[in-house]
Amino acid sequence: MLNKIYDWVDERLDITPIWRDIADHEVPEHVNPAHHFSAFIYCFGGLTFFVTVIQILSGMFLTMYYTPDIENAWKSVYYLQNEVAFGEIVRGMHHWGASLVIVMMFLHTLRVFFTGSYKKPRELNWVVGVLIFVTMLGLGFTGYLLPWDMKAVFATKVGIEIAASVPFIGEWIKILLAGDSTILGAQTLTRFFAIHVFFLPAALLGLLAAHFIMIRRQGISGPL
Amino acid sequence: MSNKVSRRQFMSYTLMGTGGFMASAMLMPMIRFAIDPVLQSSDGGDFIPTPQKVDELTETPVRVDFTIKDRKDAWYKSDVANTAWVYKDGDTVIALSPVCKHLGCTVNWSGDESHPNEYFCPCHGGRYKKNGENVPGTPPTGPLDEYEVKVEGGLVYLGKTIPNTLV
Repeated sequence: MLNKIYDWVDERLDITPIWRDIADHEVPEHVNPAHHFSAFIYCFGGLTFFVTVIQILSGMFLTMYYTPDIENAWKSVYYLQNEVAFGEIVRGMHHWGASLVIVMMFLHTLRVFFTGSYKKPRELNWVVGVLIFVTMLGLGFTGYLLPWDMKAVFATKVGIEIAASVPFIGEWIKILLAGDSTILGAQTLTRFFAIHVFFLPAALLGLLAAHFIMIRRQGISGPL
Repeated sequence: MSNKVSRRQFMSYTLMGTGGFMASAMLMPMIRFAIDPVLQSSDGGDFIPTPQKVDELTETPVRVDFTIKDRKDAWYKSDVANTAWVYKDGDTVIALSPVCKHLGCTVNWSGDESHPNEYFCPCHGGRYKKNGENVPGTPPTGPLDEYEVKVEGGLVYLGKTIPNTLV
């Protein structure tokens, strides 16, 4: 049945070469855990991506209930966690996944560093990887404020003060982040929400595409 | 036709099965989370007191405004204003919803000078008789909804709306 549908589409659109090009490529022996178990360290990048997919999906579903407004943010989070079916699970996935992404990404970075995979000709991919790292930290920082509880507000207060300590432009960064020169409030929350849900994910998807295209073009680095 | 499963087929079935299981374990909570409003049971609906005294009711429908206190809308609670058209039919008190069954505008009793003693919807000229029955040839396709009514301490109490039982 599925095969017939596939054949029908393939006959007209010739889609086989498209997915073959994406999916059909050999895994070198030195990165295949089936050959050398220690090669599992080459899985960290893929695991980071897997958790990122979970983050994007659970985040999309959370916005069905979440309200980025200082009066209602905490109440809507409380509601979705305690009164909606599986709310605890979906919010839990996003909460724990956020930490896991950072851990996996850090392990991936260590693997790339210790196998020397950043060396010529892969310097640009290292640079893009660092940009992904920064984007992920930004997502973590902006997402932390959204539940609008005490921990969130005071952590963000500290974070913004740190940003304000940048020489010369610190004050501008602070106002741009908080939306006000003195208050951490309504405008801060809406800004952080927009950054967390639209700006950084858009940047992340672009960077991930560049990361993956480069790895396919250059191949996985050779054995040590 | 041979029933032998090739190594390639076995591999692809195993991978698809495992992958499908993992994907559904991931997506099932999210989908149940998203469709929760459909599966929520609506609460029975308490009777809400109105300021309307039963003694003052006549055979002519009067507009009764009442407020649903602290209506719970997920995490948001507010007072919601509501209206009913209430009259007496013998000893029973009848309360009709003012929501037009055509496209949801609000109807008025004797709202149209050329059709007195009928409910009139100003949006598209829908008309209803006193018991809520829609006048044929006007846009509405059904009679006005009815409120559940209770009388307590001489006051009219209104419950949730139900399909018209008078027509």
